[in-house]
Amino acid sequence: MSDTLAGAPPRAAIAIPELTAWQALRTNRNWLGFWFMLPAIAFLVLFLVYPLGLGMWLSFTDAKIGSAGKFVGLDNYEWIIGDSKFQGAVFNTLFYTFVASVIKFAVGLYLALLLNENMPFKALIRALILIPFIVPTVLSAIAFWWIYDPTFSIVSWSLRKMGWISGNINFLGDAWNSRWSVIFANVWRGVPFIAITLLAGLQTVSPSLYEAATLDGATRWQNFRHITYPLLTPIIAVVMTFSVLFTFTDFQLIKVLTNGGPAGATELMATMSYNTAILGGRIGEGAAISTAMVPFLLGAIMISWFGLQRRKWQSGENNE
Amino acid sequence: MTFKGINRRALIKGAAAGAAVGAAMTAEQLAGFAQAWAQAAPFKPEAGAAVQLLRWKRFVQSEEDSFNAIVASFEKATGVKVTVINESLDDVQPKASVAANTNQGPDIFWGLYSLPHLFPDKCSDVTDVADYLGKKYGGWVPTAETYGKSGGKWIAIPVAYNGNLINFRQSMIEKAGFKEVPKDTAGFLELMKALKAKSVAGGFALGRASGDGNAWVHWALWAHGGNLVDKDDKVTISSPETEKALNYAKELSDTFVPGTAAWNDAFNNKAFLASEISLTNNGVSIYAAAKAGAAKGDAKLKEIMDDMSHSLWPVGPVGKPTEFHIAYPMMVMKYSKVPNASKAFISYLMEAEQFNKWLIDSVAYLTHPLNAYDANAVWKTDPKLSMAGDVAKRTLTAGGLGSVGEKAASALADFLIMDMFATVCTGRATPKEAMQVAERQAKRIYR
Repeated sequence: MSDTLAGAPPRAAIAIPELTAWQALRTNRNWLGFWFMLPAIAFLVLFLVYPLGLGMWLSFTDAKIGSAGKFVGLDNYEWIIGDSKFQGAVFNTLFYTFVASVIKFAVGLYLALLLNENMPFKALIRALILIPFIVPTVLSAIAFWWIYDPTFSIVSWSLRKMGWISGNINFLGDAWNSRWSVIFANVWRGVPFIAITLLAGLQTVSPSLYEAATLDGATRWQNFRHITYPLLTPIIAVVMTFSVLFTFTDFQLIKVLTNGGPAGATELMATMSYNTAILGGRIGEGAAISTAMVPFLLGAIMISWFGLQRRKWQSGENNE
Repeated sequence: MTFKGINRRALIKGAAAGAAVGAAMTAEQLAGFAQAWAQAAPFKPEAGAAVQLLRWKRFVQSEEDSFNAIVASFEKATGVKVTVINESLDDVQPKASVAANTNQGPDIFWGLYSLPHLFPDKCSDVTDVADYLGKKYGGWVPTAETYGKSGGKWIAIPVAYNGNLINFRQSMIEKAGFKEVPKDTAGFLELMKALKAKSVAGGFALGRASGDGNAWVHWALWAHGGNLVDKDDKVTISSPETEKALNYAKELSDTFVPGTAAWNDAFNNKAFLASEISLTNNGVSIYAAAKAGAAKGDAKLKEIMDDMSHSLWPVGPVGKPTEFHIAYPMMVMKYSKVPNASKAFISYLMEAEQFNKWLIDSVAYLTHPLNAYDANAVWKTDPKLSMAGDVAKRTLTAGGLGSVGEKAASALADFLIMDMFATVCTGRATPKEAMQVAERQAKRIYR
């Protein structure tokens, strides 16, 4: 090789000037793209990565209000795992999330199917459905607070007037009653989001598919099972992921309605973390409680993302 | 800023007279006093100072009106701008905690119980204010020193207390066969049983009610000799005395109206004013609300006002009062750029000319921490309110036998005692189990 090269006449220098590094950078589209992404990255780092990282760091310290604290390793985690209050909060959070999400999904899907039918005042009814979602959580929580009031509950009052019950219903004073009561309030609030999103999904299903199926003699159930449901799964996966995340991290509703009571029966991980860190002043321990939510949330995302979807593009591959 | 006709001597004379009789001054006199005070006061506000004060949202409207009038006269006299922010009682602590942690926020926080002890290093030294006021007004009650001092210096000024008393309906306890609220815990239990059986049942908050809930469970615990910690802050919650207290509370709670496990600080007020309960524990704000309603011509509230009264807490097996009243400490944050203006405001607030009127306007909802105000007219005009005048002297402090430090504050904020009682009273745990849970948590806090 070297012989032939050496024997060859020297090539005339081609008149393409060497690009300096700076010039190369200036014309590089990826580099330009990076600059366009920078604001978004800065935003994410500042408001997501930094707080999350700080929270995780704090969970490994014995920080208290007014003192930065020192590194204590896994001490906070060892403590909360053995703490019966924390165990109770984990149970409550999982129960609350699971039951509320399942009911919200069932009711939301049913509503979406109803709203997808042709009916008078369709637009108005669809708008009305959104009301529970628009009302600020704290306001709706206060409304439920009155509905569940041990003395002045409208529900107890009505049932009493009708002669169905003799005493007031102990909505928030009994462990299981209070769990179901807060779940009901959460469902009331969360259903519109699911219903409207699924409705949007339903609108994308082409009517010709139903026409073809009906011509083939498919029943309404078969229509739903083999056309609507498969085409809706991507939307379901997204909406349920969000729903589970919102429910798992719910705070305002519990804080206003029960503050975790009676005696911790409705204490969620989010409220417990706040009470421990901000009210109790033990920031490190509170940070450990909220960091402990992360694996559960990741798990929930994995299940709804990979379990519910049918198309490969969703898990990052090409669609066939 | 001079004011003709008022000099230092007149000011001192006026102050002494004010403290002695608690007489309210006319607006003109007050303005004159304020300006003279501003000249003579030991705390000179910084030039152009603006003070931000965060307080708990009032329970008695006339108390807030009076407080705001004091703020306005202070502004006029000193030229300092004072902004008052109102937050609901339960929100004061988180806001103060965040401010302490981030070193920014209001200059003065007015919170409750041992709040300043959650972050003693973040509170300005106000020993000079405490000394000035203590010397002038007959000294502080002992619990005010306990709540105000940390490490030998004052970190907060407990400007007032709120008596937590038994509120009851005379006609309803008479229907149950009692003439008055018994003075001992055993008799009290009998009253509660009789109320449920023959009259209208009563109830205490078992939810996470930082005021009323903490007041009654701590009374029950201490009345039977139970304590979270001993005087060296060693955890002693798991004890036969605590067990007795829990058993007593369980028996007591069986006589309550349904739903008390969900009560926060506001529920019992509503239920009492609707005549749904015969007896509860509260400040005198229910009475104040009934009185205010009656003045507007509400016949139902007039009936409640005439029929209701207050009583001190029954004494338990330990043989001495074990009451837990709310302390309202005011603290100047260390990050404040206007510490002198803040100190000036607190001392102005507690001068007889302002404080006497404020006590009267708060209709005994607030109780004084300085001995000279024993002479205030509010403790003499209405026999149903007079007992609230002693609550600052009668109350035990957060942490019980132990120190009023950040640990006691943390245990209180965690509802450690409250939840222990609530789990037993709602039948979710036996006294032994509940004590074990509380002990484990207490050991963590007091390590």
